Amino acid sequence: MWDYSEKVLDLFYNPLNQGAIENPDQPDVAVFYGEVGSIACGDALRLHLKVQVSADEILDARFQTFGCTSAIASSSALTEIIKGKTLDEALNISNQDIADFLGGLPEAKMHCSVMGQEALEAAIYKYRGIEVEHHEDDEGSLVCQCYGITEPKIRRVIIENDLADVEQVTNYIKAGGGCGSCLAGIEDILIEVQQERDAVPGRVAAEIAIAQIDETAAPRHLTTVQKIKLIQQVLDTEIRPILIADGGDVELFDVAGDRVQVTLKGACGGCASSTATLKNSIEAKLKDLVLPSLTVEEVPAL
Amino acid sequence: MVIYLDNNATTRIDPAVVEAMLPYLTELYGNPSSMHSFGGQVGASVQDAREKVAALLGAEDTEIIFNSCGSEGNNTAIHAALAAQPEKRHIVTTAVEHPAILNVCKHLEKKGYTVTYLSVDGRGQLDLMELEAALTGGTALVTTMYANNETGVIFPVEEIGAIAHEYGATFHVDAVQAVGKVAIDLSTSNIDLLTLSGHKLHAPKGIGALYVRRGFRFRPFLLGGHQERGRRAGTQNVPGIVALGKAAELAQRDLRNAPKEAWLRDCLERELLANIPDCEVNGGGSPRLPNTTNIGFKYIEGEAILYMLNREGICASSGSACTSGSLDPSHVLTAMGLPYTILHGSIRFSLSRFTTESDVQHVLAVMPGIVEKLRAMSPFNNDQAEWLQERDVAVAT
Repeated sequence: MWDYSEKVLDLFYNPLNQGAIENPDQPDVAVFYGEVGSIACGDALRLHLKVQVSADEILDARFQTFGCTSAIASSSALTEIIKGKTLDEALNISNQDIADFLGGLPEAKMHCSVMGQEALEAAIYKYRGIEVEHHEDDEGSLVCQCYGITEPKIRRVIIENDLADVEQVTNYIKAGGGCGSCLAGIEDILIEVQQERDAVPGRVAAEIAIAQIDETAAPRHLTTVQKIKLIQQVLDTEIRPILIADGGDVELFDVAGDRVQVTLKGACGGCASSTATLKNSIEAKLKDLVLPSLTVEEVPAL
Repeated sequence: MVIYLDNNATTRIDPAVVEAMLPYLTELYGNPSSMHSFGGQVGASVQDAREKVAALLGAEDTEIIFNSCGSEGNNTAIHAALAAQPEKRHIVTTAVEHPAILNVCKHLEKKGYTVTYLSVDGRGQLDLMELEAALTGGTALVTTMYANNETGVIFPVEEIGAIAHEYGATFHVDAVQAVGKVAIDLSTSNIDLLTLSGHKLHAPKGIGALYVRRGFRFRPFLLGGHQERGRRAGTQNVPGIVALGKAAELAQRDLRNAPKEAWLRDCLERELLANIPDCEVNGGGSPRLPNTTNIGFKYIEGEAILYMLNREGICASSGSACTSGSLDPSHVLTAMGLPYTILHGSIRFSLSRFTTESDVQHVLAVMPGIVEKLRAMSPFNNDQAEWLQERDVAVAT
């Protein structure tokens, strides 16, 4: 038997929010769903959301899940977590948040929490008109043929969950769990990510620089040169490694006052979710680490 | 209360077996090889047990080698067959064998042997033409199971053996699931080597036996002392051997008194199919063990069913990916070419002489509700949805 927590068993035997959501046809209310997995994979989740359009807020969430005990419990947990949240807040929920809500999951079952997080993303992206399925999977080479998992996806789960070995990667996203012929490839990706991590002393330097500025000037006032330098540093250390991992990149074009102009490159350039990338990750990071007044806009590549 | 319907995994030790073995865990601790009467009386009990196991199989007592388990029996048999004809480097087996055969074969492939894995059809049956086509003068061994652990499907072992012998190959049968459940008579058989395991027939874990046909050029796997007439070294597991002897005696008695297992199994199967829509018996079209039924419940997943059953005190098992420890569903059901809708939702109920009518009634009472509850949660409800088969390349291997 798996070592499931009480919470997992409780939500499995007494699931909250199962089923679909009827569209009430009310003004300002949208009902939609996102789905991941398939019966071939052994688990699948269709997540239904009801949203207050004006407030961008999740009024109700329900699930339909084909899967094991922990897949059902993870789905139910997800619906509980996201109710009442705005869509932006919901997008910040990670698979680890789902696992934490459940009082932990057996390591070999972590992929159930990943499925929850992916279904949420799929639902919201679909609602926002961003390319629905596996936005990061469309680019990059297929590593695990058995489960159709690409290099960017493997990189992402390694970075987000701080994974250290191949078995963990298999537990989280199934890659390598089929025929096993890609295990060496996953190992290589792990080593690369590790090397990239080790090779970012610049990140530490940027944090120190930010910390120093915080100490010396509050409220922060930056000269234009300081500002540009800091923006460049945050882009290089906080944002670009993640985009590069997904096959994209970003370049600082200009800074005019508080307007930061950037060029999206590689996969990001043609990616349908580029607006989301721009606003959700780049702008948020810069507001957070440099100046809250900053806005980011995209300029086409020359 | 536990309703134990997982007897192909392991069985309850029969109380009469416990009683028979107990003295050998307490006062009768002598070594059967010793040259004193204290050990000698233990040696006599080992011989008695050997005769009982031989009787169950229609074999001679000298053809029985006691060992530790089914895996040991299978490893030993393959090793012995290859050692008997060292110039031959080809093995024929099937795609649905237990890992104790499959993983030995995979290992041997790395050592330079060639292995043919025979396919099965949708009923879990072999194509004997395929077997014949696979055999060459260089085939050292044909090894197949007697009956499948997951589906209970029985292979036509005598026909397989006859074909194997035509080509000069040794024929080994992994009969771990069959011994004690179906009548076996090795005195008129084509089987050269046969594996059995005690804990599948109400003896304890840690005891098994290998049948080696008289006249077969046997080479031991485990080297050391001269126990088991020099064919399996290691001080004998006397309590286990005595237990296996008693279990064999009881099994033979049960085979004679037409067992109620088959009747209860048929009742369980028929009523489940009648009361639950969208389910089918895996391997249903083939001859099967009388105690096993493997049913695919479409659109829901096996581990979830097992946890629901567990809460009702019912023990069963599943071939779903989530229960296997790997991420792939059962290699047996996959080899049968069953659709994913069936693969992941398959549940095996395996009965024993201890299964009662009320056990079956209880399963019949709760199972429809469990399936209904899980189906209400599932996004699937028919075979047409595109979503069902996407990534079908995924597990097709």
